[in-house]
Amino acid sequence: MIPAAFDYKRASSAAEAISLVSQYGSDAKFLAGGHSLLPLMKLRLAQPAMLIDIGRVKDLSYIKDAGNHIAIGALTRHMDVETSKILLEHAPLLSHAAGHVGDAQVRHRGTIGGSIAHADPASDLPATTLALGATYVVQGPNGQREIAAANFYKGFLESDLAADEMLIEIRVPKMQGAGWSFQKFNRRAQDWAIVGVAAWRRKDEAGVALVNMGSTPILATSVANAIAKGASINDAAAMASNEAEPQSDLNASTEYRKHLASVLVRRALEAASK
Amino acid sequence: MKVSVTVNGKEHHGDVEPRTLLVHYIRETLGLTGTNVGCDTSSCGACTIHLDGEAVKSCTMLAVQADGASVTTIEGLAKDGVMHPMQTAFMENHGLQCGYCTPGMVMAAIGLLNENPKPTEEEVRMGLEGNLCRCTGYHNIVKSVLAAASAK
Amino acid sequence: MTITENKPTNIIGTRLLRREDPPLLTGEAKFTNDLNIPGALHLSVLRSPYAHAKIKSIDVSAALKIAGVIAIYTGKDLQSAWAAPMPCAWPVTTDMKNPPHYPLASDKVNYVGDGVAAILATNETASRDALDAIDVQYEPLKAVVDLEDALSDKNVIHKDLGTNKSYTWPLLVEETPGCVEEAFKKAKYKIKERYVQQRLIPMAMEPRAIAAVPQPFGGDITLYSSTQIPHILKVMSALTLGIPEQQVRVVAPSVGGGFGSKLDVYAEELLCMALARKHNTPVRWVEERTENTQATIQGRGQIQHVELAADENGKITAVRVRIIGDMGAYLQLVTPGVPILGAFLYAGVYDIPKAYDFSCTSVFTNLTPTDAYRGAGRPEATYAIEMGIEALAREMKIDSFELRKRNYIKKEQFPYMAFSGLTYDSGDHLLAAEKAAKMTDLAGVRAQQKKQNVPGATKLLGVGMSSYFEMCGLAPSRVLASLNYSAGGWEAATVRVLPTNKVQVITGTSPHGQGHETSWAMIAAEKLGVAPEDVDVLHSDTAISALGLDTYGSRSLPVGGVAIALACDKVIEKAKLIAAHQLECAAEDLQFVNGTFSVKGSPDRALPLAAIAFGAFTAHNLPDGCEPNLEAQVSYDPPNFSWPFGTHMCVVEVDTETGAVKILKYIAVDDCGNQINPLIVEGQVHGGVVQGIAQALFEEAVYDSDGNLKSSNLAEYLVPAACDVPSITTAHTITPSPTNQLGVKGIGEAGTIGAAPTVMTAIIDALSSLGITTMAMPASPQTVWKTINEATRGGKK
Repeated sequence: MIPAAFDYKRASSAAEAISLVSQYGSDAKFLAGGHSLLPLMKLRLAQPAMLIDIGRVKDLSYIKDAGNHIAIGALTRHMDVETSKILLEHAPLLSHAAGHVGDAQVRHRGTIGGSIAHADPASDLPATTLALGATYVVQGPNGQREIAAANFYKGFLESDLAADEMLIEIRVPKMQGAGWSFQKFNRRAQDWAIVGVAAWRRKDEAGVALVNMGSTPILATSVANAIAKGASINDAAAMASNEAEPQSDLNASTEYRKHLASVLVRRALEAASK
Repeated sequence: MKVSVTVNGKEHHGDVEPRTLLVHYIRETLGLTGTNVGCDTSSCGACTIHLDGEAVKSCTMLAVQADGASVTTIEGLAKDGVMHPMQTAFMENHGLQCGYCTPGMVMAAIGLLNENPKPTEEEVRMGLEGNLCRCTGYHNIVKSVLAAASAK
Repeated sequence: MTITENKPTNIIGTRLLRREDPPLLTGEAKFTNDLNIPGALHLSVLRSPYAHAKIKSIDVSAALKIAGVIAIYTGKDLQSAWAAPMPCAWPVTTDMKNPPHYPLASDKVNYVGDGVAAILATNETASRDALDAIDVQYEPLKAVVDLEDALSDKNVIHKDLGTNKSYTWPLLVEETPGCVEEAFKKAKYKIKERYVQQRLIPMAMEPRAIAAVPQPFGGDITLYSSTQIPHILKVMSALTLGIPEQQVRVVAPSVGGGFGSKLDVYAEELLCMALARKHNTPVRWVEERTENTQATIQGRGQIQHVELAADENGKITAVRVRIIGDMGAYLQLVTPGVPILGAFLYAGVYDIPKAYDFSCTSVFTNLTPTDAYRGAGRPEATYAIEMGIEALAREMKIDSFELRKRNYIKKEQFPYMAFSGLTYDSGDHLLAAEKAAKMTDLAGVRAQQKKQNVPGATKLLGVGMSSYFEMCGLAPSRVLASLNYSAGGWEAATVRVLPTNKVQVITGTSPHGQGHETSWAMIAAEKLGVAPEDVDVLHSDTAISALGLDTYGSRSLPVGGVAIALACDKVIEKAKLIAAHQLECAAEDLQFVNGTFSVKGSPDRALPLAAIAFGAFTAHNLPDGCEPNLEAQVSYDPPNFSWPFGTHMCVVEVDTETGAVKILKYIAVDDCGNQINPLIVEGQVHGGVVQGIAQALFEEAVYDSDGNLKSSNLAEYLVPAACDVPSITTAHTITPSPTNQLGVKGIGEAGTIGAAPTVMTAIIDALSSLGITTMAMPASPQTVWKTINEATRGGKK
């Protein structure tokens, strides 16, 4: 319950945060809402020597209509994503998924950027932004770069973010009235998904991503391709696990996860096709 | 590390180790022991307080993160010796037994009604997903929250 | 002794709000870890990461260098601190094997969580940091995790015992020798089933907390502990530490739930006391949740083999049960007795002949010790017989409710002398069951089920039920003696009318959420004709309540509550003598109604209890030989167990595609005799039912083959939240117990006992069209899906 000792610095801007992390190197971790990191630290499963608190970088908490896409500051809390009028209108799948993260208390503190940067395949928002074809904007000592969500996730809790880079914005294309569905299957509502599906569909165009079906969030490209080629929902859903390599754990074997994925993808596409 | 936090309307200034959790600061430094700790995985919600008016788990925050914030704990609800309507609703509907989850449950329930003043039973149950109780089976907790909502 | 003329003042039976609530609701209540104890040192316990290993070396040098660390002790360092091993109070057989168990292991660790070293530091942070700095070298040994593997003795955990078997406890009741065997031979219908009661973690929301405060010059020590059993703990800790009993005071402050997990004498309590005495300074400890899942007892853990024989009408003619009980690594306070508490209940609520063959063999494993968890032996027994009834009904191809009806003990058979020689006090099983069926709209649900459960349907409806009997109100001391239990089953109460007619009730029960203060005040108020708010209830401090046997086994009301009523009677008897003296009449001519004595037929010749209380205090005008003051003490030993019963039903919908189970409706009809406070009774049922649902659907202490607990915290051990469980509809029948003057039976465990089989029978009912007849607990989505998959493999699916 008591984390190991660490040093603590508070950054007031992204630039300051990046300069601090450059200074302290790989011993340093960013602290945003803390809802991915602090639970690990309390069990001493994570013991960073330095925490750089970016929670007060207020100019990174925003949701803006940027024409073709919605720009979301990395420090925007789940609760704000869930209730944002702009997102409810233009990316309802994302606001809906944000409402499924953890519980109300978690959503009051946890941030979309923290969740994505943590790159947990079991988290809801990495897969959801992946399904939506989001772009992540990161800032490093040499300026900003954009990374497509599809290229961001590299392994279990590993992303394309360099040690001295910080995720600053998530750009989500407007859904343009696409049908959508978020299916989260778990045993208790507060838990991570055993399997989750974020899906949208606009005629024969679709985006489907899977939660907790591998070491990274999984883009189910076979499903989308099948829909594009006019396959039935059932046939497309049968390909749910083509890109996935689900693990076996306390709640689900690999086989069961694959089965769930196909059922949930089918249900998601059915709902998104209505 | 210096922190100033307003707790239940009173400003506190102190010096804490960065690793001090907010719940430990509240309980041990300020001596407000009404906020309980029931787990070490941010699952049970016993430590729920209000931070700038919103329900948060004080075990999943460092005290230094609360610097400059306003915190309300269970001790801050009763005014002039009269319990908050949510506390009264819990009493009237037998919404507690051992009382250990209760401070967190009450704080979460007040937070829930702040955001959704007239919830359905389903919404109350979902709204309290982050708070575990082992005694009541939740039945009377849900009843308490609905009663508090309809009394508003 | 019943004061017949004391007409009810109508407090008992009302929904009085709990007096416990305001302090708990405002944060004012103090749990053990809330106590401010200046100068206290913090204890942390280093625990074994191995289920079974030799300790080769322990290096504490680095940990001792951490600022704030005062001392570190290993098991060897503390060997001289113990006058006796940790206690097991229930040696169920004379040849029961019980390995010595000390607060810290010395040479070998026997489960993940076994204590290895004790750290004392000036603050919790330092003692926590020191845990990471101690270097222990282990030599891992093969862990014994599986019960059948343990039974084989391939790997013996406690070498000195020569076996993993702790005991075999048989209960063979036969009208004539060999009649069980014969009944099975002659039976028209038989079933033979195997059930597994998974290990459960009690998970009281308050983790355990302890503070031991010595007074070296005063010569005593106070132990504050989040315990259910301050009285038992006082005796046992004195014996274990070799301290004269009168020098130990145990206080249980507000206790945040127990469910049996705080019905124990724990290593940390003894460590805090021993180290507080050694250092002449207070020592405190608080459990972390991940520690709680390993260092606090677990519940259940049984493999049950159940056989039923029945005649052509489905009348049960014999019961045969074989149990393997999982004791874990050591025997805690009542570990071996848990299966025995269920031994008499494998015939459930059914009228069976003397043809009952029960035997339990219990084994050691390299897992956390088990002990009493809500229901303790009785939920296991009820599950087995109720699932067995369902199996028998399937065998006979009749409705299981119909089969139950053919076998229920009938109302007119009570008091019913059971096969075991125990007398069931009162009951009306059919009434409770029919009420439950009506509330469930059984016929309507069945009709809906017919419509819904058509071939190809993926949302299948099922109805489940269970009728239970609970042997509680532990217990008649003589019966406990025959079961080799080391203590009695009485309860003590003192009732004192203060000079201003306010009342003090001192009870030996020790509440931790049950609302005893409210209910006990109601009993005394009703009896004495005072307002409940004028009654103070004192408990859970051995300096105030010197005698008592604490709270467990749904005993507090039928034993402790009745003791209070009896003590009130004694007070009234004495007051009556004083009243007769002052009113100058014969005591027999007096009646006591609503707190006033009056001469029968002359209502103006009256004296209120208030006047007598003040008179007894001044002692100015008492009859000859009458002692001053108005108080009485009672130690009440119940003549029988009490036998609450009921029927629960539920309706579930199973999603065959995912395996998810949703409870659509849950009906609990319970009969706990007369109710003191229905509000509290309902609360007990709600909570109990959800714990039973949790066993059926969510919870399991999952271990890997090396004995590592995989569900070791509240993120992985799935205590359900509000949105994961249904609303519970409760109802009651009231069949007073004839055993005690209040007519009460107890309600603490009923819900848990009824719920697990109710949910499981519903799931199996839903899936019966797929040919499914069994389902493991917990019926997690994966388990349900797998079971469906296996049953339908090769079919259309």
